[in-house]
Amino acid sequence: MTANNEPAEMTPNRRGPESVSTSEIDERRSASAAADDGPLGSPRVSSPVIESRDLDVFYGDTQALHGIEMEVPERQVTALIGPSGCGKSTFLRSINRMNDLIDVARVEGDLYFHGKNVYDDDVDPVALRRKIGMVFQKPNPFPKSIYDNVAYGLRVQGKDDGDVDEKVRTALEQAALLDEVEDQLDESGLDLSGGQQQRLCIARAIAPDPEVVLMDEPASALDPVATSKIEDLIDDLAEEYTVVIVTHSMQQAARISDKTAVFLTGGHLVEFDDTEKIFENPESQQVEDYITGKFG
Amino acid sequence: MSTETPFSEGTDDIERKRKIGQAFVAVCFASTLVGIVALVALIADVIYESWGWVTWEFLTYPPSQVVENFLPDGRGAGIYPALVGSIFLIALTAVFTIFLGVGAAIYLEEYAAESRLKSFIEANIANLAGVPSIVYGLLGLAIFVRAIQLGTSLIAGALTLTLLILPIVIVSSQEALRAVPDSQRQAAYGVGATQWQVIRDVVLPRALPGIMTGTILSLSRAIGETAPILMVGAATSLFVAPDGLTSPFSAMPMMIFEWAGHPEPEFQHVAAAGIVVLLTILLLMNAVAILIRNRYDPRS
Ligand SMILES: Nc1ncnc2c1ncn2[C@@H]1O[C@H](COP(=O)(O)OP(=O)(O)OP(=O)(O)O)[C@@H](O)[C@H]1O
Ligand SMILES: [Mg+2]
Repeated sequence: MTANNEPAEMTPNRRGPESVSTSEIDERRSASAAADDGPLGSPRVSSPVIESRDLDVFYGDTQALHGIEMEVPERQVTALIGPSGCGKSTFLRSINRMNDLIDVARVEGDLYFHGKNVYDDDVDPVALRRKIGMVFQKPNPFPKSIYDNVAYGLRVQGKDDGDVDEKVRTALEQAALLDEVEDQLDESGLDLSGGQQQRLCIARAIAPDPEVVLMDEPASALDPVATSKIEDLIDDLAEEYTVVIVTHSMQQAARISDKTAVFLTGGHLVEFDDTEKIFENPESQQVEDYITGKFG
Repeated sequence: MSTETPFSEGTDDIERKRKIGQAFVAVCFASTLVGIVALVALIADVIYESWGWVTWEFLTYPPSQVVENFLPDGRGAGIYPALVGSIFLIALTAVFTIFLGVGAAIYLEEYAAESRLKSFIEANIANLAGVPSIVYGLLGLAIFVRAIQLGTSLIAGALTLTLLILPIVIVSSQEALRAVPDSQRQAAYGVGATQWQVIRDVVLPRALPGIMTGTILSLSRAIGETAPILMVGAATSLFVAPDGLTSPFSAMPMMIFEWAGHPEPEFQHVAAAGIVVLLTILLLMNAVAILIRNRYDPRS
């Protein structure tokens, strides 16, 4: 089947974090610090899954991100907040190379996943996206049954040889949707409510068992009840997955995240730190103004 | 208005605007009527002329020069070779168009990077859709009949008709592909699908009703075309049905054209009978197109 055409293992990315020595990281950090001062804040991220080093993203001639320096800790929730248009989605898309799909987008700098630069020539973006799943702002289920929606990732990745039923149920369970759809798995995913559709999309993203789940404002189209369900769910997900979430809601970031990165207008990462620190005592005046609603 | 209500003010103005609206509706209705009446009159006339002439024998016998043979109690004469010719022609054209047209549309829409060359090609495809069919006939004659030496054959006719409708099929298929929401593609890429998997599993199923509708409607245009196959040299009347890709052929529009030119007035009925058969096949094809669109629309 299709699986034979795809590199099932992502050998290049399998190199553990130890393959990049700490001194190398320090070198990179100081080199980029010269170009851009890097964000304020000093989160302790001991073994980061994702490291962004002096990452610039351009759309045509306009630069959307300037020298982003950041580490994403394993099995924690990292929130990206900031005013509209500051490049949060752009940064998220550059982690799993969804930016490749935008003709005018161009990335400079380095983004490491377990120490391997994902923009190296030998990295297959398809293999990368199998490690780093994504949930989008608007629920986008396929016009297929609930079951087929969740199984789709397993099928394209050739992971459908084992017990697909079991994996589909587990994913739906993790997405806190199983109880509601248990006896309508054959019905169309489009017939669900908006909140259910979004949880279906989360189930679809985690069914093939990625390491990282990227979420771009997953609750922005939902009512408060559905939102709180998704928030609980994200909390649970962080036990098994590394979660990076973009949100417009300060309260949401404060509630669910361990680390928070504040982007501000123009595409600069201004401060990155433990969530508590950001919300209680940020170093940057701009961040404080943004968080207290004086600016944004 | 005797009693004062909160809405009395400006009632006259509303009334006047409403009158203008009604006048507009009347004009639109009249325009619709002209089209429908003309069509109904045409069909009624053809059916009236052909009444009693469309028989089983008409569908299954070769044509004849003697008009009595076409009569229900005659020896039997009809449209059979041209009917089979048209069906073969359209089936072959369908195969060529689906591969070439849909293939080109997928390439242009899903794979080709935005470039000047791509815009140039797309602009020219759109222009080609407006080229008169007789020009395609000349092209078919020069390329398929003469240069490739296929001669006056079914396959040369089908290739010529393919050229004729290819631009329309490409453009309509591209539109169907473009109408697939980007969010669907992203959903598939997001779980690690390759471009081929995205196109196969998400884009094509979603675009298929649109592609099929455009293709079938183009094919039903092709089945009625006379000029291109005339140029390629299709026979006006042929007594045997084609039995292979390279055999000579006739087609219904040619046959009807031939009958309509006969001096005997009775042949007008024969021509009308031919038109009824042609129109029936055309309507059947359009019905299939609508059915496909409704049946396979994934959103319903
Ligand atoms: N596909 C694109 N083509 C060109 N420019 C883009 C594209 N996507 C985003 N941009 C630009 O990049 C900048 C950052 O956009 P991005 O979508 O990352 O912001 P955001 O922080 O996610 O905003 P929001 O909170 O409104 O979603 C904006 O100025 C936007 O205009
Ligand atoms: Mg965004």
